[in-house]
Amino acid sequence: MSSPVIVVFLKDIRSELRTRYALNALIMFVITTLSIILFSIGNENASQEVLSGVLWIIIFFSSMSGLSRTFVSEEERGTVMTLQLLARPLHIYFGKLLFNIVLMFLINILSVSLYLVLISSFIVRSYDIFALTILLGTLGLASAATIIAAIIAKANNKGTLFPVLSFPILLPLMLTVINATRLAVDGAPLVDAVSEFQVLVSYIIVMVTVSYIVFDYIWKE
Amino acid sequence: MTKALTFTASDIGKVFAGRTIISGISFSLQSRQSLGLTGRNGSGKSTLLKILAGVLSPTSGGVTLEEGGGEIPQEERYRHIGFVAPYLQLYDEFTAMENLEFTERIRGAGKSRAELEQLLARVNLLPRKADLVRTYSSGMKQRLKYAFALVHEPPLLFLDEPTSNLDRDGIALVREIVREQKNRGIVVIATNDQEDLQLCDSLVSVERPAAGSSEER
Repeated sequence: MSSPVIVVFLKDIRSELRTRYALNALIMFVITTLSIILFSIGNENASQEVLSGVLWIIIFFSSMSGLSRTFVSEEERGTVMTLQLLARPLHIYFGKLLFNIVLMFLINILSVSLYLVLISSFIVRSYDIFALTILLGTLGLASAATIIAAIIAKANNKGTLFPVLSFPILLPLMLTVINATRLAVDGAPLVDAVSEFQVLVSYIIVMVTVSYIVFDYIWKE
Repeated sequence: MTKALTFTASDIGKVFAGRTIISGISFSLQSRQSLGLTGRNGSGKSTLLKILAGVLSPTSGGVTLEEGGGEIPQEERYRHIGFVAPYLQLYDEFTAMENLEFTERIRGAGKSRAELEQLLARVNLLPRKADLVRTYSSGMKQRLKYAFALVHEPPLLFLDEPTSNLDRDGIALVREIVREQKNRGIVVIATNDQEDLQLCDSLVSVERPAAGSSEER
């Protein structure tokens, strides 16, 4: 017997592969944005600090264009009540969180790989810091975006509300990951980035804990 | 049916945006009993049914479900409930079988594929089990909702406008399901169809904003 969390996650995977609610939007966003950046930079020699920020701008906006779909699609299809009848709210929340984490990892692997290949002036010197930053940044983005998506799915102006509500919540995360990415391109030793990783881990714990507490209320009404 | 059930609604009220939708609804049901909820369009029958099923919170009052004398916690109540309504949506991008498999797995109902096929055969959808639900007519979707609601053989079944969109065979099937459910547990039906109400042991009239009244049959 599978855990209800895994069943919700697998349902969302299958549904996404059939409908492409989020995947197409995310892939198109990453490719379009990278192309525009590539054309606008041209032969200019942008600083590593600027390029670190640009990478996370791509990741931030691609998550904004895709991660809300997990709850919005249930609301639009009218299947929220079906899920409410089938499982506990927390099974739904963790199933959706798991789906968003996997989706965000796939998109980030694509965007980071393309960024490293296409933006030749962006050179990572500490791959351990870089990999940990992408890992924790993805988890942080997914944990914040999942609960915000659950909130905005009930609202009328879903499209505009998601980035507006996300920005202040994600700001501490974005500042920390940009700083950690800058350390990675500077070639700093792993120990120099420990404080950034502590902030990121704390952020993820706080987001998941708060979501765990409030999701019951958000989901029911 | 293994243990005796008692389902109690106490003084249920619901207010939306300052408007009282329902108020003062109370009743108690035991195993092998059925209740009909009647009332004009917009009187709050569906809202009441959603509150009873636990998908909406009441503004006042509450619902309890007891099995063998022990109260089932609110967060566990969904395991004991089946629900069919025209506004309930299944996953259009999945086939009928995939919808039932998803329901069976998430509920941990322990049903084999053959048993799910039997359920689909019962609602006359077995020949179309591999078709996407989006290709179904509204009547077929309604039949599938019965299969969805019965996967885990719930002791408590809520039906909102149970025969809507159904043909004569479908209506006969619904009445057979209601009779069977009365042998297994409790059934609550929200409808104004007199033939459906004939299946109910008692009625509650849902009229806004005055208190609901209960009537034995």
